[in-house]
Amino acid sequence: MTPTRTTLLAALLSATALAAQAQDLRIGLQEDPDVLDPDQSRTFVGRIVYAALCDKLVDITPDLEIVPQLATGWEWNEDGTQLTMTLREGVVFHDGTPFDAAAVVANIDRSQNMDESRRKSELTSVTGVEALDAQTVRFTLAQPDATLLAQFTDRAGMMLSPTAAAAAGADLGSNPVCSGPFKFKERVQQDRIVLERFDDYWNADKIGFDSVTFLPIPDTTVRLANLQSGDLDMIERLAATDLGAAETADGIKVEKATSLGYQGITINIGNGERAANPLGENAKLRQALSLVIDRDALNQVVFNGAFAPGNQPFPPDSPWYDTDYPVPQRDVEKAKALMAEAGFPDGIDITVQVANNPVQMQVMQVIQAMAAEAGIRIELEAKEFATLLSEQTAGAFQASQIGWSGRVDPDGNIHQFMTTDAGLNDAKYSNADVDRLLDSARTSTDTAARKADYDAARDILNEEMPIVYLYHPVWIWAMSDAVEGFVPYPDGMIRLEGVSMKE
Amino acid sequence: MLSFILRRLLIAIPTIILISVFVFALQKLLPGDPVLAMAGEDRDPATLEFLREKYRLNDPVVVQYFTWIGNALRGDLGISLRTNQPVLALIAEKLPVTIQLAVMAMSFALLIGIPAGILSAVRKGTITDYIANVVALSGLSIPNFWLGIMLILLVSVKWQLLPASGYVPLSEDPVRSITVMLMPAFVLGTALAATMMRHTRSAMLEVLTADYVRTARAKGVKERRVVLKHAFRNALTPIVTLTALLFGELIGGAVLTEQIFTIPGFGKLVVDAVFNRDYAVVQGIVLVTAVGFIVMNLLADVLYVLLNPRLRGQ
Amino acid sequence: MVAQPDPILARKPQSRIWKKFRRHRSAMLGGILVAFFVLIALAAPILPIPDPVATDWAAVRKAPSTAHWLGTDEIGRDLLSRMIWGAQASLLAGVVSVAIAVSVGVPLGILAGYFGGWTDAVISRCTEALLAAPFLILAIALAAFLGPSLTNAMIAIGISATPIFVRLTRGQVLSIAAEDYVDSARAIGLSTPRILSRYIFPNVLPPVLVQATLTVATAIIAEASLSFLGLGQQPPAPSWGSMLNTAKNFLNQAPWMAMWPGIAIFLVVLGFNLLGDGLRDALNPREH
Repeated sequence: MTPTRTTLLAALLSATALAAQAQDLRIGLQEDPDVLDPDQSRTFVGRIVYAALCDKLVDITPDLEIVPQLATGWEWNEDGTQLTMTLREGVVFHDGTPFDAAAVVANIDRSQNMDESRRKSELTSVTGVEALDAQTVRFTLAQPDATLLAQFTDRAGMMLSPTAAAAAGADLGSNPVCSGPFKFKERVQQDRIVLERFDDYWNADKIGFDSVTFLPIPDTTVRLANLQSGDLDMIERLAATDLGAAETADGIKVEKATSLGYQGITINIGNGERAANPLGENAKLRQALSLVIDRDALNQVVFNGAFAPGNQPFPPDSPWYDTDYPVPQRDVEKAKALMAEAGFPDGIDITVQVANNPVQMQVMQVIQAMAAEAGIRIELEAKEFATLLSEQTAGAFQASQIGWSGRVDPDGNIHQFMTTDAGLNDAKYSNADVDRLLDSARTSTDTAARKADYDAARDILNEEMPIVYLYHPVWIWAMSDAVEGFVPYPDGMIRLEGVSMKE
Repeated sequence: MLSFILRRLLIAIPTIILISVFVFALQKLLPGDPVLAMAGEDRDPATLEFLREKYRLNDPVVVQYFTWIGNALRGDLGISLRTNQPVLALIAEKLPVTIQLAVMAMSFALLIGIPAGILSAVRKGTITDYIANVVALSGLSIPNFWLGIMLILLVSVKWQLLPASGYVPLSEDPVRSITVMLMPAFVLGTALAATMMRHTRSAMLEVLTADYVRTARAKGVKERRVVLKHAFRNALTPIVTLTALLFGELIGGAVLTEQIFTIPGFGKLVVDAVFNRDYAVVQGIVLVTAVGFIVMNLLADVLYVLLNPRLRGQ
Repeated sequence: MVAQPDPILARKPQSRIWKKFRRHRSAMLGGILVAFFVLIALAAPILPIPDPVATDWAAVRKAPSTAHWLGTDEIGRDLLSRMIWGAQASLLAGVVSVAIAVSVGVPLGILAGYFGGWTDAVISRCTEALLAAPFLILAIALAAFLGPSLTNAMIAIGISATPIFVRLTRGQVLSIAAEDYVDSARAIGLSTPRILSRYIFPNVLPPVLVQATLTVATAIIAEASLSFLGLGQQPPAPSWGSMLNTAKNFLNQAPWMAMWPGIAIFLVVLGFNLLGDGLRDALNPREH
């Protein structure tokens, strides 16, 4: 047989094989996503679905560098107030509408001006957007914004078909039309979301599946059982305690990435009457609390050592981490000394609210036991997450165990929590120097200068400690051995470009 | 008969109005702002305020109630805050799932409960009767969410015989659909089987001592025939009534079972909605369930009258 | 010489009931089961067991051994000790919530049954409305409204179980009120409170007692269900339901964490069910 004939035959065989079985990838999610409209949605799992459904202007690498997706290139003007983007040619939305500069303008307008939009705060710096020609778009900014490109790597940068968006208005979520590798097929609430291959995708060669099915399965044990039995091909957020079992199980492999987010204890410093508590009034006591926590032991006990202990809004392996303040070793004596200095030699009583899910409860129970040894007597107040959130906003708490899913740009992990009157600053912490430093870091495009600002802010925040950071979750995916080419990203998304199923 | 049904329907009206008030009041009393609960990490005050306006959460509670009930009467139960889907569509989507689960659970209950009940009545006072009773009480005493977890652990995780979760519509793949639901239906059916067994037993005991059964025996009819033909037929009335009654309860009983086995039915929908403060969904489901319950009760009464020749004339 | 009283006539009805009950083997078994758990729960403070909230990082999720007879939990607490202390929470939840339901439901039922008319109509419609909403869904919504805690779970279950007692009492009152002796009591001018306390209440009591025993069983399962959903007893204090809630995350690594609470709930609920059945037979004037 001649070489040509062999290849031909092989090609023919593989073609028939492909035709014979439509390749479906089944992914188990931890929750059911909310509305599938990038401008309105707010759940993490929703973003996982978008990774297959909606392309963004730009994307990230696993090292958080920003790379082209729908925009092939971009440049800033001199003073950082104008961003000009060149758009990819030949891209169409799932409904056939071509993707061009006008579509970008329409999308930014929707994100900024639709009443239901939850993207407004992400795009506050953008004052104007215009189509220079079909493939070029220019954003005008009120002031330089270092975070804008990072916002475009997420929901604010997802492009929807302007035709479909105009027709459906705020109801687009029941049939989202984007330009990603898969198009929306059907959704059965709390059961599944089915996407099917979009043949006109600009990068279609990289797509190895005919369809993707997302199945929300909240129970981690059940999710893993389904993977083991072959009912699922991949699951997200495997429980850290199941890691050992999954790693040794036949036919299953595991991938990990440290997340961009953190978990911590937010202390009420100035949010209403409940701020009048020893912990809220006294920075030394907050330092003491941080010191009695053995973050390594916490990680070992609750997460089998799989997560990353932390003491800052950025994980220790992040380039933004301030190495002057390494994760502290537990020091009960020093904590006691700090408490005596603050005038509480006999210890303090505090109430910490915590979401009533088993993992967070476990974390707080461990901390409760650790803190008791230094005389910090913690009373736990378990609340449903919905209640916890509204009481935290309203200031009805002394201290609250809560976390943040993390953002690509460091600004997203710190500015809105630490600056005066910022949206997520439930501690109501306020310090003019911190405000100035964090504002400055936000408007600078010089990485070194930004790092210097964050480090300077850390000098203050490490003393004041409105949030006692505990750990950074690690995303753990488990998948069948047959799944090839999966790359773990710190944002926890599942990017399907280059992923395929071994025969 | 018709006037009986009509009278019952009339009585049901104030009951349903009361339920609607209860469920509405309860929702309003729940702590946690639904819009904030939905917001998660994205809490833009202007958007939150807009959404409160859009869903009319700023109206006085009484106005909200009448808006809701007025729309409900026109068949509009509002839309889910979480997914923007109409509640009625959600219910229509979930109802077949829970009904399938209920029917399968009921089948288990009937298949186990009735034969066991008959056997235990016929062998009253023997060791068989005693064992059947203890087993039935055990079935009533096992917390069924625990039974579910244990079955998942053994059958799905350890032996990998049946899938641990999920749902396949009957129309898509009947065999798989039933396979997937075997375990949850069994779990839900155990307690029912016990109730069924106990009721069958007492119904059978009552008819086995009746005159016509004695007559049949005296005439030399075989015992097997006496039991199945003469006695069981007459014991059927209370059993059928009970089945209709239990169906109403099943919908409520499915709550935890659906949670454990991740079945996208009514129960899971309502529990998730309570936790997410998705008011419209909770209100809609409780209302529909309550109406269903009342209808099943009515059906039970009607069946009772229809099956009981002595009552038919009245 | 005083005539000896007839031994059979002299016997109090109480002792007759007791004798009937004692003959009922399964009821005795139920009584023993319940007594066992009650004793253990009461004795928890004096038993030689470790502190149920004492943690041991070195012994996290350890299988049963001589050091920890039932093993340890997710943060190294002794499970035997938590099971014993958890018995307090579960039994308390069962008994208190039924006490709430009885103390609200029985008076309402008497009111509805005895006075009839509008009082009856209002009470009955409310009862039916509550009965039509599935028990567990009602309890979940109430518990969510009150906030997750053991006390609130008991209140939620109590309220959800109330309509059962209203309906039972009402029916009972209706049938007693129609009896001749109540009529004659009215005829001789006995006051309503006296009729209620003298004739109605004592006759309502036996079926209520039976129902209460059986409802304790349901309430214990309901408390476990609420705790399982995170709406009941809050850690670090143990209850069987909340132990199951945690345990379900460790089914693979520590199945014993889920086994013990489930078995305990099963046994104590079985106890109450057997007891209730026995009581019903003993209190039933008709011989079955």
